[in-house]
Amino acid sequence: MYAQMVKTAGTGLKSREEMTEQERNFQDKIDADIKIEPKDWMPDDYRKTLIRQIGQHAHSEIVGQLPEGNWITRAPTLERKAILLAKVQDEAGHGLYLYCAAETLGVSRDELTQMLLDGRMKYSSIFNYPTLNWADIGAVGWLVDGAAIMNQVPLQRTSYGPYARAMVRICKEESFHQRQGYDAIRKMAEGTPEQKRMAQDALNRFWFPSLMMFGPSDKDSVHSAQSMAWKIKINTNDELRQKFVDQTVPQAEYLGLTIPDPDLKWNEDRGHYDFSEPDWSEFFDVIKGNGPCNVDRLAARNKAWDDGQWVRDGLLAHARKKRARDLAAE
Amino acid sequence: MTRDEAFLQFLLRMGDNTLILGHRVSEWCGVAPVLEEDIALANTALDLIGQTQMWLGLAGEIDGGKSADDLAFLRDAWDFRNVLLVEVPNADFGRTLMRQFLFDAWHSIMLGRLIKSSDERVAAIAAKASKEVAYHLERSGDTVVGLGDGTEESHARMQEALDYLWPYVGEMFASDDVDAQMVAAGIAPYPADLRAEYDALVERVLNTATLTIPESRFAHKGGRDGRMHTEHLGHLLTQMQWLQRAYPGAKW
Repeated sequence: MYAQMVKTAGTGLKSREEMTEQERNFQDKIDADIKIEPKDWMPDDYRKTLIRQIGQHAHSEIVGQLPEGNWITRAPTLERKAILLAKVQDEAGHGLYLYCAAETLGVSRDELTQMLLDGRMKYSSIFNYPTLNWADIGAVGWLVDGAAIMNQVPLQRTSYGPYARAMVRICKEESFHQRQGYDAIRKMAEGTPEQKRMAQDALNRFWFPSLMMFGPSDKDSVHSAQSMAWKIKINTNDELRQKFVDQTVPQAEYLGLTIPDPDLKWNEDRGHYDFSEPDWSEFFDVIKGNGPCNVDRLAARNKAWDDGQWVRDGLLAHARKKRARDLAAE
Repeated sequence: MTRDEAFLQFLLRMGDNTLILGHRVSEWCGVAPVLEEDIALANTALDLIGQTQMWLGLAGEIDGGKSADDLAFLRDAWDFRNVLLVEVPNADFGRTLMRQFLFDAWHSIMLGRLIKSSDERVAAIAAKASKEVAYHLERSGDTVVGLGDGTEESHARMQEALDYLWPYVGEMFASDDVDAQMVAAGIAPYPADLRAEYDALVERVLNTATLTIPESRFAHKGGRDGRMHTEHLGHLLTQMQWLQRAYPGAKW
């Protein structure tokens, strides 16, 4: 998932006694794993939180095209170019399903887009980092999509039906993305000394930003309890981060690459890797708009939207004319 | 020119067209006017790159066992055989889609003939590609109509795009010795013989789009025989070939 620090709407978790009867019935459905569908009654705060979360995820898919698009025209082989094109196409498709899922909650794609463009809504911090060498494209698939999958797999069981169903399809495609990313970086890790250097450089730059994708540490994560009770967040940030580290470390070892964390080591007692926390002050800087690429990413989205205005207007005008002509002909 | 030499030139023409146009279309990644167009542009580019792998793969076999990647990434501009139309820059979305339409119309007619090629490999590639290109043509034609017959601004932009691109259309129908040999071998048609069908198709769509086809039949040439490409091709190759050139022999 590409949603971080989604602010849960409302006043926090309510006890059963504090709930209205409608709210109690709603919570009972969720507890019984019955999906909530668009026409069902739902608390306003549930609706608002979901819109934020799904919207942020959708925006991340859209902005996420930019760092990868940065390399499409420089992909080193026809096959790599085709794979990357297919991946970026999938991501635009994910954006589309997610905006559709959000629309079932009563917010239009245009409204959400406007909120992205004027900075009222966020996208994942990871896409504010640059892609500087070809191995970054592998690293994005391996680490970034890998981290996304960690979050998205449980969300297939999320309480909101349209979101859960969108996630099933997205997960299938994301796991393909992760495999191709790992394959691309493996090829480089096994390649010439220069290629190996690119692969290590990519891992050095993407490791900690990938860990940040799960959001702040549980002790600083103020929004979790209500979202977890609503089953729109399934695991805590730290659980998922640990799972990601445990999965990724052996993969890096297999590649002969070094994770840029001197304190990383297997903890026999815990049965998990111990690892260093990312620099959270950097994370909050990125979230506030001061990451390496925030300004450029938003400028690129705004330019695309502004440059495309005449196209959208033209196609809409044509559709209206055509409808009028069809009606007149009837 | 031997038959194999002519066949190689023909395959390079087909494969370089799809390679260069696929590259141009891929430049739109993430910045299209609307999400559906992001998807459609990526899909079109992907189809074209896939077709490139087939055409240049076969060309490489004829050319002494080279790979499609060798041909795409290690030739210089003078060895490219694409028509000039596909290498002109994207400019705005209007020009991109007009260029796509003018090419798709030719491409779809050409592939329709190549399905009956005497060379089974050519016929097989054409059969696969023509399904994809039928969709490309439908989409680019619909978009040209939608924007031509849209607002005043979209109409003006599409007319401007058509005026700019029209002089690049004629080259798709130029015929030379390579074509004569391909016709003699039953491999491919005379490009000139496709023009009447092309004109009928393009006129029908552009009329519906309320656009005016320029009267001049002047045609820029030099791409499909490599005599004189535009200045744009070198820049495109600089970007496309950079990794392969900077790290020779590396496997990716």
